[in-house]
Amino acid sequence: MSANALVTPRSLRPRLFSIEPWPLSLLALSLVLALPILVIASSVFFPAGDIWEHLLDTVLSRYVRTSFALLLGVSVGVLALGILPAWLVSAYRFPGSKIFEWALLLPLAIPAYIIAYTYTGMLDVAGPLQSGLREAFGWRYGDYWFPEIRSLGGAICLLSLVFYPYVYLLARAAFAEQSGRVLEAARSLGCSQRAAFLRVALPLARPAIVVGLSIALMETLADYGTVQYFGLSTFTTGIYRTWNGLGSSVGAAQLAALLLCFVFLLVSLESWSRRQSQFFNSGGRARASSKQSLRGRGLLLAYLACGIPVTLGFAVPFVQLVLWAIITADSILTAEFLTYLFNSVFLASTTALLALFLALFIAYGRRSYPSPASTLAGRILGLGYALPGTVVAIGVLMPFAWFDNRLSEFMIARFDFNTGLLLSGSAFILIFAYLVRFLPIAMNTVDAGLGKIRPSMDEAGRSMGMRPLALLKRVHLPMLRGSLVTALLLVFVDVLKELPATLLLRPFNFNTLAIRTFELANEERLADAAGPALAIVLASLIPVILLSRSLRQAGATRDSVET
Amino acid sequence: MTAKAVRLEGVSVHLGGQLIVDSISFHVPAGGIGCLLGASGCGKTTLLRAIAGFEALSAGKILLDDTEVSVPGQSLAIEKRRVGMVFQDHALFPHLSVAENIAFGIQSVALAARNARVAELASLLEIEDLLNAYPHRLSGGQQQRVAIARALAPRPEVLLLDEPFSSLDVELRETLAREIRQVLKQEGITAILVSHNQFEAFAMADEIGVIKGGRLLQWDNAFNLYHTPSSLAVADFIGEGVLIAGHKVGDHAVETELGIIDTRQIQDFNLPDSEDISLLLRPDDVFHDDASPIKARIVEKAFRGAVFLYTLQLASGTRVLSLAPSHHDHAIGEPMGIRLDVEHLVAFPRLPLV
Repeated sequence: MSANALVTPRSLRPRLFSIEPWPLSLLALSLVLALPILVIASSVFFPAGDIWEHLLDTVLSRYVRTSFALLLGVSVGVLALGILPAWLVSAYRFPGSKIFEWALLLPLAIPAYIIAYTYTGMLDVAGPLQSGLREAFGWRYGDYWFPEIRSLGGAICLLSLVFYPYVYLLARAAFAEQSGRVLEAARSLGCSQRAAFLRVALPLARPAIVVGLSIALMETLADYGTVQYFGLSTFTTGIYRTWNGLGSSVGAAQLAALLLCFVFLLVSLESWSRRQSQFFNSGGRARASSKQSLRGRGLLLAYLACGIPVTLGFAVPFVQLVLWAIITADSILTAEFLTYLFNSVFLASTTALLALFLALFIAYGRRSYPSPASTLAGRILGLGYALPGTVVAIGVLMPFAWFDNRLSEFMIARFDFNTGLLLSGSAFILIFAYLVRFLPIAMNTVDAGLGKIRPSMDEAGRSMGMRPLALLKRVHLPMLRGSLVTALLLVFVDVLKELPATLLLRPFNFNTLAIRTFELANEERLADAAGPALAIVLASLIPVILLSRSLRQAGATRDSVET
Repeated sequence: MTAKAVRLEGVSVHLGGQLIVDSISFHVPAGGIGCLLGASGCGKTTLLRAIAGFEALSAGKILLDDTEVSVPGQSLAIEKRRVGMVFQDHALFPHLSVAENIAFGIQSVALAARNARVAELASLLEIEDLLNAYPHRLSGGQQQRVAIARALAPRPEVLLLDEPFSSLDVELRETLAREIRQVLKQEGITAILVSHNQFEAFAMADEIGVIKGGRLLQWDNAFNLYHTPSSLAVADFIGEGVLIAGHKVGDHAVETELGIIDTRQIQDFNLPDSEDISLLLRPDDVFHDDASPIKARIVEKAFRGAVFLYTLQLASGTRVLSLAPSHHDHAIGEPMGIRLDVEHLVAFPRLPLV
């Protein structure tokens, strides 16, 4: 970090075309990372041959219909699973409510494709449940009806189980932020606790709930592993199929562009709702004493509403994975497994470090040179989080492959030396794609940390004779340390879990834990897949624990303010 | 409207195992306005919340007229109490317009009657122009009026106000307090407010209870609290004043540095048993009189428009306060003639350190 970072802007007047190197390089960086979006968006101007006619005739309407049905079903599912527990833990006190407060986040640690494999292993024809039923009642296959887990309905249930925490998290934060006073006001005006929920708490939390919902829906649109395994024809599987099966890169890119339209609708919905929720923030603080205790039927209902999501979304699949891992323990810890582990950790840590470095560069750039250009750069860079992995992969692969081909043509013609797939065939392209997708996570975390260091602290430090580097070391670093670690962890775990982009972009014969899980599951070796899957889940628990700890601390400060 | 009397009998409240309100009893008659006055953290807000039904009692009982609404272990649900509450931060519903906020508590009333009630309250509180606005557009004073209209809409039997004016500008406070008092009297409603500001309490309430450390020190009207405080703590909290040392001479006189006071000329004066006593002198008890033989040196002076508040040092070093019309402009350091002119006087047994 250069010493310049801490100097207040030389000109307070923001300039769009500033000649400062920092905003310019920010803009350049954001354009490079926006490459995939630009490629996908511009693909609509290229002729794709007769692929569209083919798609329109056959599968396109199915992609659209299935994706819509999935979005609709998951909306209902995540709202049903997320809102009620959020209200219960914030408005009532009951034995175990403090535990549920964080336990309800646990399903976030299980990637969608892993919960799909686990439940399929448990519930399909050969699974323990149906076998047990057949044995107990003397049935044979076909004698009885059992819901098919590998179906649209199954996908909706399972995706709802792992994505509801987004709604829960935002709804809970909204309920906690509503000053207890607003609810007490409603009660003093004759509302019962339930009426106060329906007439005041829920309408006030609505924008936050919509934010949570749109994040859950973005994840649903981005999901590839689950729908692929269940044989559903959605956008992501369609893109993959058009790319690999039909071999039409432009057709796949155009499908991806269509998917992007939906994603941007969701992004705008999300940012609009975020603005609304600032508006609805009533301020003040909740009072611990305004929490009511629950008894009898209400208590039972609370245990059901909080217990079911945690049990089905985390406890059951986790226990099943552990059981399978114990059975297959001998075949797990092989040299192969260690290679996958090493590859995963290598990719994840490299990306995490790069993302942290870039995020710091961007954050300090925007802090030191606030200009429309750097704001714009921040906006563009922030878009990546909404992009499905398949879209990023195709958007990255097309330009890099083009570059590689031109380069090797040139090298062969000039030096008779084939450079091959220099970029697109190496881990470089994979890390680039990860950065496009996960840099926004690091940016958000670093921005939040840096936001706590107010400019007046810089000025105070400087006025006490501290030089910029000393200021960085003695003020910024200690205050930022937590955020930096969090940013590293979040990106690390997200890369570890990532499936579709890795699947499309990995170098030949290069396997990771996620890829191995996917391959074993697709070979119907579900028990063998438990080893790598469990490794991913255990790593994913780290950010969930961090998140729940920050929730608890926020709760603790609220409670201590009370007394 | 059927306003009800509020009666508290030995009410105690524990929060988190800590005694916050310690056996407080008082009575506000139907249509009266009471005020709980005290520094922050004295337990007054907790007591108000107990009357509203938000906090449980650990001892005593709360009655509305003759109905027990709170006893230890049992409490009538808040929504069934018909107690209106105005919150310190107003707690307006940000997702509803002003009119919808006011109508919130009267949803069960027919639409026409509901609209009529909203219009009536809006004109009473002079907020007719704001009915379609949303709370975030309103100033603090406007929010306060809406909050009061909203609480009054369901015609509560008792209205509770928690620090109703603390978020407002100082100039606005007393005007609004007087105005709100008129509205309450016009509606004939029983009201209890909580405040840490004595002038607000004086402007609004019929009777005031001074609370310290969870205990009610005195329940009286403003005049008596000022002129005949029952304890040193009340005297200290209400108004300005200083304690000066006195010595009993015979049965009907007290000797002080400012002369001998004949206690027979003072109304309702109780002389403590002890020989050495402390007397509470208000600034209006000490008169500026150039002819007086007693001189005191001016240490500080504060200009208050019509009057100066002088801080004077007596020969012994004791300081007293004196109000003088502002044309008596003396410089700091000058001696000034003063004499005592007491109609009310309070005496306490002298504390060792006073």
